[in-house]
Amino acid sequence: MLRWILGGREAQGTVQKSAVLFIGEEQPKNCFTEMQVLKGHFDIVRFLVQIDDLRFASAGDDGLVLIWNVETGDCLFELRGHTQQITAMTSYSFIRGRNAHAALITASSDRTLSLWDPDSGNRVQNISDLQSSVKCLLVLDRLDVWLSGGNELCVWNRDFELQCKTVHHSDAGISAMVELPKNFIAAAMDKEIVEPVWIRYIAVMAMRHLADHRDTIHSLISINDGLFASGSHIGELIIWDSVDWTIQAYEHILWEEPAGDRQSEVKLKQIERSIQHMIISLSRYIVAAVGSGLYVFNVLMKSVAAYRKIAHDSSVLHTMRLMSCSEDGSVRMWELQDLPLPAEPASSGFFGMFGTFGRSSKQTGPPAKKIPEVPGLRSLELMGDLIGHSRAVQMFLSFKEKGLVTSSSDHLLIIWKDGELQSQLRSLAVFQKLEENQEL
Amino acid sequence: MIGSPDVVALTKEDDFGDSFTDPCSLPEEFSVPLFAHAANANPWTKTSYAKFSKDFILVSEFSEQVGPQPLLTIPNDPKVCGTFDLNYFSLRIMSVDYQASFVGHPPGSNYPKLNFVADSKVVLGDSKEGAFAYVHHLTLYDLEARGFVRPFCLAYISADERKIMHQFQELSSEFSKASEFLKSGNRKAFANELEKKLKDLEYTRSVLHKETELQKMNNGCYSTQAIEKANELANVEKSIYEHKDLLRQITSYPSRKKDVDFVQHEMEKPADTSVIDDTLNSNHSDVADKTVETESESRKSSYTPQLIKAKSAKCFDKRLKTMEELCDASFFHQTLEQLNIIEKSFRGDLCLIYTSQIDRALLSKQSVTSFLFEAERDWEYGGTSTNFSISSNNPTVPILNISGEPLSLDSYTTCIDVDHIKPGVESMEGPPESSTSDITQETSEAADTETKGSFSSDKSIEAFGGVSPSSLQANYFDGLERKSKVSIASPSENTSCSVAVPQMTSDGNLVPMDAACCIGQDGFIFEEPLPELAQECCGDTVVNQEPLSLLQGDPALQVDYTLEESALAESPNMGLTFSELNTEEVAKINIEDVSDSTSFMSASTSSDQAVSPFTYGSALTLKQKKKAGHSALRFIRQYPFAQQAIFCLLSGRTLVILGVDEGTVRKLVNALFIFVPNLGKYGETVQPWLSSPFQLTDLQRWKLIGLQRAASPAGSSILHSLNRYSRYISILDCDNKTLRCPPYKGTLVSHLADHRTQIKRGSTYFLHVQGMLTQLTAKAFLYTFCHHIHLPMDINDQGSVTSRRTNFLLQLGYTVEESKIVHYLSELIKQHYIQGSSKGGNQSFCFNYTTSYLYKI
Repeated sequence: MLRWILGGREAQGTVQKSAVLFIGEEQPKNCFTEMQVLKGHFDIVRFLVQIDDLRFASAGDDGLVLIWNVETGDCLFELRGHTQQITAMTSYSFIRGRNAHAALITASSDRTLSLWDPDSGNRVQNISDLQSSVKCLLVLDRLDVWLSGGNELCVWNRDFELQCKTVHHSDAGISAMVELPKNFIAAAMDKEIVEPVWIRYIAVMAMRHLADHRDTIHSLISINDGLFASGSHIGELIIWDSVDWTIQAYEHILWEEPAGDRQSEVKLKQIERSIQHMIISLSRYIVAAVGSGLYVFNVLMKSVAAYRKIAHDSSVLHTMRLMSCSEDGSVRMWELQDLPLPAEPASSGFFGMFGTFGRSSKQTGPPAKKIPEVPGLRSLELMGDLIGHSRAVQMFLSFKEKGLVTSSSDHLLIIWKDGELQSQLRSLAVFQKLEENQEL
Repeated sequence: MIGSPDVVALTKEDDFGDSFTDPCSLPEEFSVPLFAHAANANPWTKTSYAKFSKDFILVSEFSEQVGPQPLLTIPNDPKVCGTFDLNYFSLRIMSVDYQASFVGHPPGSNYPKLNFVADSKVVLGDSKEGAFAYVHHLTLYDLEARGFVRPFCLAYISADERKIMHQFQELSSEFSKASEFLKSGNRKAFANELEKKLKDLEYTRSVLHKETELQKMNNGCYSTQAIEKANELANVEKSIYEHKDLLRQITSYPSRKKDVDFVQHEMEKPADTSVIDDTLNSNHSDVADKTVETESESRKSSYTPQLIKAKSAKCFDKRLKTMEELCDASFFHQTLEQLNIIEKSFRGDLCLIYTSQIDRALLSKQSVTSFLFEAERDWEYGGTSTNFSISSNNPTVPILNISGEPLSLDSYTTCIDVDHIKPGVESMEGPPESSTSDITQETSEAADTETKGSFSSDKSIEAFGGVSPSSLQANYFDGLERKSKVSIASPSENTSCSVAVPQMTSDGNLVPMDAACCIGQDGFIFEEPLPELAQECCGDTVVNQEPLSLLQGDPALQVDYTLEESALAESPNMGLTFSELNTEEVAKINIEDVSDSTSFMSASTSSDQAVSPFTYGSALTLKQKKKAGHSALRFIRQYPFAQQAIFCLLSGRTLVILGVDEGTVRKLVNALFIFVPNLGKYGETVQPWLSSPFQLTDLQRWKLIGLQRAASPAGSSILHSLNRYSRYISILDCDNKTLRCPPYKGTLVSHLADHRTQIKRGSTYFLHVQGMLTQLTAKAFLYTFCHHIHLPMDINDQGSVTSRRTNFLLQLGYTVEESKIVHYLSELIKQHYIQGSSKGGNQSFCFNYTTSYLYKI
C-alpha cells in the first residue's frame, strides 16, 4: 500500500539498484526472531565447523577452538593448544572399533596440526614440525586419508602419519582444494589450479597446471561429479570438467558501470569484483560472492541466473544457499523471484522511510536501471536481514531448523533461531518437566 | 469474674446464607475476618483502657529471691509501656506458670534428675489492664538456683486480643525459636558451670583427703576431727557423683530430645524420623560446638579450681546470675534479635498482618510466576510461610469467643479458669451480658470432678496450647492406641520425662474445670503460689488438643527446629531481611503517601529527588517500588505516549531512555522500572545510566537502559549503536520528548496507564499496577500451561500449533499486540521453569520485526 501512496511506478525489469538495499523493520518472511550471543573468543572468529547435529566448533585468530551446543548455546569445551591463529579447520569422522567417532583437525600459523576429540576435549594427536603453515584441509573419507595444503601438499592417514607429500610449490601455497573423481584432487595455487593430484598409490604428483585464470584464485568448489568451478580475484568464474579438465564455461563478471563515470571508478570496481566465495545452491546454481555483490550462475544453462551488484555495504565474505554475509556486519537473505512485477523492485527501499527517524542512508529517487540482455534473468530480492554483529561477519553455518550460527570479527558468535519454533520446543520441554516432576 | 468483660455473647451468624456460595468469592482460607464491631466504631481506635501505646514483648522471671519480676521489654523504650504496670503483669503471667519441670530427687533415684520439658504456651487476658498476652514459659538451668531451675517467660503483650488469638500459631513458632536460642545457650553454659563445679569439687576432695589423712595420722582414726573430715569428704564425694550425673544428663540432651522428637515424628511419618533427627542433632551439636567449644576450652584451661564447701548454702544473699550469664552471650543476643524480629513482624494492625500473611501464603503458591513482577521479599520468605497455611486452614489456635466468632468447644482446647475473687465486682467491670455463665455451663457439662487440684488466676481466660510433658505423653499413648505401628519407646524413658505429672483422666479428653471447685481458693493462690500445685493443675487441665496438631506434625516445633539451624548457621545480623523490610514499610506508608500527594500537587522536583534505587549490589525493596509508583504516575500524566513505552517494556522490547541530563534520565528510569518483567532481585535487568555505547549482549541483559547523549566521539558511537540496533529497541528521547517504538493500540495498557486516572497517590498507583500485572501474569500462566494449545496433534503439526496459540490469545481477549506481551511473559515463565531460578549464562533474546513509529508529545 505504501508503494501506491508513493507512486512507485518505475521502469520495468529492474534487477538491481545502485544504492545500498534497505529492507526496513517489517520482515514477515524472516523467521529468525530469536538470537543467542555466544561469547568466548578474544579475537576474530573465522571458522565454523559442524561436528554433528548438535555441536559445532568455532576457531579464529586467538588460537582457541571452542565447541558449542547449538540448542542450548553452552560452550562444551575450550580446546587450547595452538599458540597462534587458526588457519584451517575441518571435521573428521572415522570409525574406530564399531563406533563412528567425530574428530576435529585444526591447523594453525604456529605450524602445528592437531586432532581433537570433541567428546572429551583432549588433543589426541599433534604434529608440530611442519615446514609451513597449513592453509587448507581436505578429508577424503573414501580413502580414509586427509590432506593438508600449504606451501606443499601432504597426505596423512588417520593416525597422523605422513603418507607422502609434494615438493615445495611456491610461496603462495595452496589456498583451496576439492576432491575430484578417480582419486584426483584439484588445488588452487595463486593463479593456477594445480590440477589433478593423483594419490592412489600413496604418491602425489601434479598432473597438470591449469593456468587459465589471470589473477589469484580465491575460491574453488566442486559442483557435482562432473564439474567443478573456480573463481578469481578479478571476477573470472570458470567451470571445469572434472574428468578431462577442460573449461566448460567462462564468465568474466564485469559489473556494468554507469556511462558517465566509467573512467573514474574503474580502479575501484576492479577491486570489488573479486570472487570471495562460491557455493552450490539447489545443485544447479552457483552463488558467488563478488565484491559487495551477489551473483547467481545457472550451471545447467551456463548462464547468469540473477545478480545484484551491490548486495551489501561492503564485501561479501561468505554465502550459503541464498544468504550472504559481509564486512558490514549484516547477514542478508535473498529470494529468487521469477518475474519482477512492474512496481515491485522499488518497494523494499521505501519501507524504511516511513515513520522512522534519523535514517541517513535513506534511498531516494529511482536508481539507474539497465535491462540486461540475458534471457531468463531473474531478480534477487532481499527477504530479510540479520543485524547483530558490529563488525564483519566472517562465516555462517546452518543447522537447518535448529538455527543459523554466524561468526564475526567482533569476537562473537550468534545463533539465530526461529522464535516460534523455539517457543514450541520450550513448551514441550515445560510439559516434559512437569511430567517428570509429576506436577501435571 | 474471670474474663467476663472479655467474653462476648455467642453471636451466631445467620444461617440462611449457607446454601448459596458465591462462585467468585475467595476461598475460605484467604478471607480476612471481618471487623467484629460492625456498628459505628472506628476499627482503628485504640482500646481505651490499654495503658500502653503499642505492642511490646516482656521478658520476666520468677525469681526465687524476689518473686516475679520484669527483666526487659522490647522495644526497650519506657514510653511504649506507658503507665502499664510491668511488675503486676509479670506477677500475672508468672502465676500461670505451668512449673512442669521437676528437678530434684525423684522417688527411687538417689540423684537429682534434670527434666527437659517443652515450653508451655498460654494466652492470657487481663481486661482490667486492657492487656492480652501470649505467654511463653520456659525454664533455664542454673546450678545455684533452687532445684537448678529458673523459670522465665517471654510474653507478647498487645491491646488487641484478637491479634493474639489469630496469630497464636505464628507467635508460638516465633517465640519457640527465641526460646530455643535461650535454652541451647543455657545448656552450654550450664554444662560449663557443672564442669567448673566438678573441678572445684575434685580439688576440694583432694584437699580434704589430704587433711583427713593428716588428721588420722595426728589424732587417730576415731577422733572427732577425723570423723568430721571423713563426713565432709563423703559429702563431697556424693556431690561429685551428683554433679557428674547432672553433667551426663545435660550433655546427653540431644539424644534425649531425640526421644521426644521420635514420638512426634513417628506419628506422621515413621520412615523419615531417624534421618531428620540425626541431622537435627548433628547440626545442633555442631553449631553449639563451633560457637562455644573454643570458649569453654580456653576457660577450662585457664580455670583454677577453688576450695568450696560441700554443701551449697541456701543463699538468698547471693546474687543470682543474669539472663545473659545464664545463656551464652552470643545465644542471648541472638535471642534478643529474634525477639526484635518478632516485635517488628507483629507490629501494627491485625488486619494488616493477616493480609500480608495471606499475601505470602498466596505468593508461596506462585513460585512459577512470582519472579515476573513480585517484589523481592517473596523469594526470601521461604520456609516459614508454610506455617501460616497450616494455621489458617485448620486453626489449632485456642480461640475464645471473645473474638465474637462462633465457637465450637469441642474443637478448641480451652481451659477456662473461673475465679471468684470479687464476685461483686464482676458485673460492674464487664458488660452485663457477659457470657461467663454460658461457657461455664457448657464446659461444666463435660467437666470432670477430678480436677479438684486446679487453681485459677484472676480474671483471666487461659488457653493451654503448648506442648507440655503430660500432653506429650498422653499423645504418645493416644498415638499408640490409634496406630499400633508406632514402636514403643521404653516406658521408663517416658515416665522420666514427666514423673510428677498426675495421670490423665481416663478419657483423656477435654477437662475443663468446674467453676464451683475453684471457689474459695483465690486467697491461697496469691499468698503462696505453690509450684507443685500449679504443676498439678497444669497436668490435670492441659486439654488434650494436641493429638491433632501432633499428628499433623506440630508446625511450631518442626519449623522451629529447621529454622533454628538455618538461623544459627547464618551470621546474626543477616536475620532481619524480610520482617524488617515489611514492617518498616507498613509503618511508613502513611507518611509516604502524604508526601507523595503533596509533592504531586506542587509538582515540584523536591520530593522526587533522583535517589536511584539501583545502587550497586543492593536489593530492590518494596518501598522503592512504591516510590517508583509515584514517578510512574507523573510519567503517565506528562507523556501521552506512556502507553507505548509501557507496552515496549511489557513485551520485552528494550527501552532506551536517551538524554543529556543524568537526573532526568534516572527519573524516567525510576518511573518505568516497575513495568519491567523479571526485574531481578537487584534490578539486574535495568541499567539506569550508561555513558558508553551498548553492545548486543547488553540488549540481552537489560530491558530498560538510561543512556547518555553526549557530543563527544563516544556520543557519536552511542548514536551509531542506537541506529544499528534500532530494530531491537525503542528509544525514548527525553530531550526532544519523542518516543520511537512499534505502534500499540489496545485497552490493556490503557487501563494500566491512563493519563486521566483518578489515582493520586504513588503507592496506590503501584498497587493498581501490581493488580493489573498480576492479572496479566495469571493469563500468561494459563497460556503457558494449557496443554492443548502447545502440544502438536502429530509430528507434522507445527502450523496448527501456531494457529491454536494465536486463537487462544484472541479468545482471552487480547489483540495481536497484547498477545505479544502474554507471549513474552509466557516465554519468561517457561525459561524460568525449565532452568530454575538460577539464571543460565546463555539466555536467548527474542524480538520481532515490526515497524517503529515516532511519537511526539
